[in-house]
Amino acid sequence: MSRSIDALTAKPIRRILVANRGAVAARVIRAAHQLGIEAVAVYSSADSDLPYLRDADAIVCIGDAPAVASYLNQDAVLQAASDTGADAIHPGYGFLSENAAFAEKVEAAGLCFIGPSARWIRELGHKTAARELMREHHMPMTRSSEVLGDDVDIITKIACDMGFPLLLKPANGGGGIGMLPVRSADQVASAWKQAKSIATKAFGAAELYFETLIDEPRHIEFQFLADRYGQVRCLFERDCSIQRRNQKVIEEAPAPGLSRNEVDVMAERLEGILSRIGYDVIGTVEMLYTPATGFTFLEVNTRLQVEHAVTEEVTGIDIVSAQIRLAAGEKIDAVLPARIECHGHAVEARIYAEDPVRFFPSAGMLETFTLPVGEGLRVETGYAAGCRVSSHYDPMLAKVIAHGPDRATAIARLSMALDRFKVSGVKTNIPYVQCVLADADFAEGRINTRLGATVSVRSATPTLA
Amino acid sequence: MSTVSSPLSGRVIALSVQAGDAVQPGTPLLVVESMKMEIPVEAETSGVVARLLVAEGDEVTEGQAVVEFQ
Repeated sequence: MSRSIDALTAKPIRRILVANRGAVAARVIRAAHQLGIEAVAVYSSADSDLPYLRDADAIVCIGDAPAVASYLNQDAVLQAASDTGADAIHPGYGFLSENAAFAEKVEAAGLCFIGPSARWIRELGHKTAARELMREHHMPMTRSSEVLGDDVDIITKIACDMGFPLLLKPANGGGGIGMLPVRSADQVASAWKQAKSIATKAFGAAELYFETLIDEPRHIEFQFLADRYGQVRCLFERDCSIQRRNQKVIEEAPAPGLSRNEVDVMAERLEGILSRIGYDVIGTVEMLYTPATGFTFLEVNTRLQVEHAVTEEVTGIDIVSAQIRLAAGEKIDAVLPARIECHGHAVEARIYAEDPVRFFPSAGMLETFTLPVGEGLRVETGYAAGCRVSSHYDPMLAKVIAHGPDRATAIARLSMALDRFKVSGVKTNIPYVQCVLADADFAEGRINTRLGATVSVRSATPTLA
Repeated sequence: MSTVSSPLSGRVIALSVQAGDAVQPGTPLLVVESMKMEIPVEAETSGVVARLLVAEGDEVTEGQAVVEFQ
């Protein structure tokens, strides 16, 4: 590890700059205050009316509405930290959270980056490099190619040698963007051209590779917290199989219907690998699962995730507070209880500002925004009535998390909450989420990454069509 | 004179047609970017483009007319 223990323990965090917006900014400010740490919020000119800015100890406008001018503007963020006397930066998720160069700049400025060391962001953020590392540690995974070149004939031959179906993926990608299925040799050329164009635009790099496609898998991921001294703990798994266009919509913990033994064995193996490589602070290992293949490695997310709240609900552990303390150099035994237990079941729905039938984004003014309250219920949002939902950013309005003694109760509580969640001024995906929650396969736990696409608001509510 | 309107608020990032172009149902007219997604706007009927009511880079609101047909 590059940093000495003395340097870490000698410098407790006093003031965190939150380099993000929306629900996660509000969440980090709250966690900081609970730890007795001050919080600085940054905002773009489009976000000056967001409610959590009032909770911050200082606020700084870092630029215009487009993310490149504000939330992705590294110099503006670092300047704001310097101007406000912040000694740490929490990157949230998205934006600069998995940017190794930014993490290095934060450290070079003498600040604490509240995330893993930059080397892990760099090494594990690159998909084929992460696969290579995990393969060395004997993680099960599907076949994959090296990063592909530019010769379509050679690429087609590689595809045919691997066998179909394949998934063409950007090596620098994330968020499910630019992934294309390839089911036969004659689809290779057009898929490659399209994926290359998307990857270049979205990630600034056109590196692509093939993975053997697993049809209708479940998406299961393992949450880890780690200190700077090689101690790693797993906080159980989440099932994030319910997705639309490769975007997660409903997440839950624990994963329904899996053998606890199979899950525990994988959690322990991953804990061992992350500990051996010296991984630090926070991360999630994403896996695919089918009964036939078991778990296969997908990727590592080197940041806090949107869906961390379901794990917090079942374990009772404040993951954001733990992330801050671990980044500051505290040891894992001081931060986490000796034994981490999973109590009951938690389900989260991401509420997006989008048309629930056509899935178009829906920007506009939140005329009504009345959050539900109830037993076992938690809502995370960065918005309030009267705020504008800008077309410049991610469409997530809120996360609604329901916890209960069992899965059926948690689902029922979530569904009742969504009935009481009143939004007007923009369209939301609430009708779609309600259709999924009412789906017989979902209720029985027969879930996979295809299910979200098979449910539609029209087909599930014929009386309204 | 008929028009096509944007189905969402966002920014016009590409125009695929110009005045005088004949279009069929499904012909891509323009692309609107919003919330990190690119949404293609397509012609719903056949016709000939009379003029474009927006330029690349323009912000549009949901329901705003973007292409006028002859």
